[in-house]
Amino acid sequence: MIQKFDAVEKEALESLEKEQNNDIPQIYVGCATCGNATGAQSVVQTIKNKLEREGVKAEIKEVGCIGMCFAEVLVDVIKPGRPRISYQDVTAEKAEEIIDSYIINDDHRPDLALGFFGEGGPEDVERIDTGDVFKNQQRVILKNCGVIDPENINEYIARGGYRGLAEALEMKQEGIIGVLKDSGLRGRGGAGFPAGRKWESCLKPQADQKYVICNADEGDPGAFMDRSVLEGDPHSVIEGMIIAGYTIGSSKGYFYVRAEYPLAIKRLRKAIAQAKEKNLLGENILGTGFDFDLEIFQGAGAFVCGESTALVMSIEGNRGWPKPLPRPRTTEEGLWGKPTLLNNVKTFSVVPQILSKGANWFRSIGTEGSPGTAVFALTGKINRSGLIEVPMGIELKKIIYEVGGGILDDRKFKAVQTGGPSGGCLPDDKLHLSVDFDTLVEAGSMMGSGGMVVIDETTCMVDVARYFLDFTFEESCGQCVPCRQGTQQMLEVLNDICEGRGREGDIEHLIELGESIIKGSICGLGQTAPNPVLSTIQYFQDEYEAHIKDHSCPALVCKNLIVYHIDEEKCTACGRCRKACPVEAISGEKKVPHKIDQELCTKCGICFQECPERFSAVERLTGKENLAAAARGRLTDV
Amino acid sequence: MFKVTINGLETEIEKGATVLEAAEKVGIYIPTLCHHPDLSTFGGCRVCMVDTDGKIVTACRAPVADGMVVKTDTEEVRQVRLSNVELILASHNEDCQNCTRNNSCRLQEVSAFVGINQERMSRIRRSVEPVKEDDSNPFFHRDFTRCIQCGICIRTCEEINGVAAIHFAFRGFHTKVSVLGDKPIKDSKCESCGECVVRCPTGALYLTRPETPEREVESVCTYCGVGCGIKIGVRGDRVVKVDGNRDNEVNRGDLCVKGRYGFDFINHPERLKTPLIKKDGIFVEASWDEALDFIADKMSDIKAKHGADALGGISSARCSNEENYLFQKLFRAMGTNNVDHCARL
Repeated sequence: MIQKFDAVEKEALESLEKEQNNDIPQIYVGCATCGNATGAQSVVQTIKNKLEREGVKAEIKEVGCIGMCFAEVLVDVIKPGRPRISYQDVTAEKAEEIIDSYIINDDHRPDLALGFFGEGGPEDVERIDTGDVFKNQQRVILKNCGVIDPENINEYIARGGYRGLAEALEMKQEGIIGVLKDSGLRGRGGAGFPAGRKWESCLKPQADQKYVICNADEGDPGAFMDRSVLEGDPHSVIEGMIIAGYTIGSSKGYFYVRAEYPLAIKRLRKAIAQAKEKNLLGENILGTGFDFDLEIFQGAGAFVCGESTALVMSIEGNRGWPKPLPRPRTTEEGLWGKPTLLNNVKTFSVVPQILSKGANWFRSIGTEGSPGTAVFALTGKINRSGLIEVPMGIELKKIIYEVGGGILDDRKFKAVQTGGPSGGCLPDDKLHLSVDFDTLVEAGSMMGSGGMVVIDETTCMVDVARYFLDFTFEESCGQCVPCRQGTQQMLEVLNDICEGRGREGDIEHLIELGESIIKGSICGLGQTAPNPVLSTIQYFQDEYEAHIKDHSCPALVCKNLIVYHIDEEKCTACGRCRKACPVEAISGEKKVPHKIDQELCTKCGICFQECPERFSAVERLTGKENLAAAARGRLTDV
Repeated sequence: MFKVTINGLETEIEKGATVLEAAEKVGIYIPTLCHHPDLSTFGGCRVCMVDTDGKIVTACRAPVADGMVVKTDTEEVRQVRLSNVELILASHNEDCQNCTRNNSCRLQEVSAFVGINQERMSRIRRSVEPVKEDDSNPFFHRDFTRCIQCGICIRTCEEINGVAAIHFAFRGFHTKVSVLGDKPIKDSKCESCGECVVRCPTGALYLTRPETPEREVESVCTYCGVGCGIKIGVRGDRVVKVDGNRDNEVNRGDLCVKGRYGFDFINHPERLKTPLIKKDGIFVEASWDEALDFIADKMSDIKAKHGADALGGISSARCSNEENYLFQKLFRAMGTNNVDHCARL
């Protein structure tokens, strides 16, 4: 059967050779959802038209996301015998310039380039793969993302794809589970349950049918890891699922993908068809007599359906509600009452590599308790946002300051939020902590599925807590009282605090509520919903107190607690703010310092933005005294 | 049998029983809102939480284990229960005086037990969703401001009556019990059997004519041949309510819409109490003997003049099987097979 796969591989390489002409330039355009959203498709079209007009031959490849979201649209060019040069923020015009200058002529345009990959690049351009962005990264799960054409199975096979499956098919089921156990792989969905143990508990039960489900219902705000993997390297996930099917004795798998991921669904469909064509999926896979089929099920947009039992209910056509404990494990009684193996996208996608490279290889990355890598969607007030993959155990500091390039506009770091709405915020004195499943939980946050939001001094922590609570409030399924009513209650209290109606005792009330919700809720959503509030209280209680006691928002964010004011000494009466004010709340004439009518002001902040930095006459004030003075219309007295 | 210790009291109970059942056996009260002995367990209200071997679980769902030690009154248990009930009250209509279930409300009972107090409640932000009452059903109304989403009505409809007219709709805080398309309940497949109203722990489902009887009279429903046991609630000489008799083996307390709500005819001024015979174009009251003689004579006449097949009988679904059997016998004895039944028409 390995011979059979060898033949498949050989054929793939041959047709790839035929398809690809390495004697002409290769152009890669990042066409994942992130790229397309910034205009990648129009860039592709421009490049095609331009090449045709100029009569120049080059290969264009629409690849997945390489993770450098801050630089989208990314266009990479490899000229024969030259390293890969990446161009950032490419527009249609810039694309034409690049073709003119670099492909037709030989000017590599250092002014437009982000950098190059590999060795032997031009001296006036930075090397990327050893630079800050990539030197701390280790790309295992994302190794093909942004590198291969996700719609071409041959490219996946050429990079070692499906060899893990071929090798697995030669092994005994227990052997595969043994490798997974030895590797120490923990589920990448957030909880970090040992994958080998889960697979084993699904192998044991006897049943006429078992199911494999890939949980691609990624719903955390600011998280896009799973989407990027599905869009950039769908075959890796499919391969992992086939191996899982073979291991537990299942012939049917489901992709539970949220319907908001149309591109991922399209690419998965294509990838499934291609894998079937090559007999890597479907009936009698590689002549082994093992059948496995995959179906895509589109989630209708409920966050709670990422919870395993709710997800199963949803596929069954029921209301997506988690099943309360005690209940049978999904691995024993899951979909349609049959043993079901449910893993995250990234868990499945890394399995083939573990099988082909071995447990020790995987263990060599990361930490003892959390081997392997962690994929994060790095967002927020950071210079280089994007999709990153780092070895477990790396310090938070390194991610934020080296990979992410530090805080935007050199402002002060305040906190980092991990784990999405289930996670928590960690302040700067926790930045030395290492990223792994256990350390973050101890510090009051969690790994989660991989969202990482960086928060700076211009962000109000009460407002951040309120944002996440609002999310869980909206997404609570409504089954149990603590989550249904409790998130609403916490949100009301936070709204009150942010809007100047906070009361003495609210902080204690929030803590008490939070603890009850954690203890009383049915599922993980409720049991973790208070985390963003509790962790911000733990580390930023002073901000809560300022809001409640002094009606002041130290980050100058909460609208009801700030007033805009023009400093007469600084104002040069340039009139910009007056013209820009949408509600005509600013009065003043030439040479007369301007004034804001507090009754008319809607606190939109446009005047603040408009006032030239060299004057900085518009200021934001907060606190009881200022608010009271503004209400009396005598702010200048303060 | 499993040995379980609850608050120091030992008991033995069969495997598969829940902690709640074990507590009931030793006479320990555990507050519940969404639990109902007639129905499957739900586990959503979270007020029956207890400590089993150091772990907080819902007593209604947790199965007993041999040697299990249950504590129902730890600081932690009290806190979680109290918090849950406070949260329910936060979005519950607090006008108890105008509620039909005042003083027979499970939420009141549980609130009193967990120790709701005004000082703590003053911290709570109240918000009752202003959802309009559904008054489309003539027998009961649905007041969403008193609904605690325990799902007892939903499970009753599905498990007791097999109709499944209602289910939860919408999400989270906006969850409500609804019919298909969130229409008024009269436009659903609801059969108005009222089983949900009987089990509603609060005043969310309430009778449109709630009257408390002075006394109860056990009887059998006359609407059909099933013979459901009923308890007729009487006030003076008026029938004000009918309940199913839970001790009756036939129906174990369940009733249909007719048996439960169709008692208006009993005290109705137009109710027929004797047979009527038309004399000179006017109906005149008659005795049963008179009426039966009259019918017998007429039928004998018809049979003599036109033959037995000129006769036919239609029987009623209000009769029992035995009565219907006798009815068809009667007609066959008279020499005809012309027998039918209203349920067939």
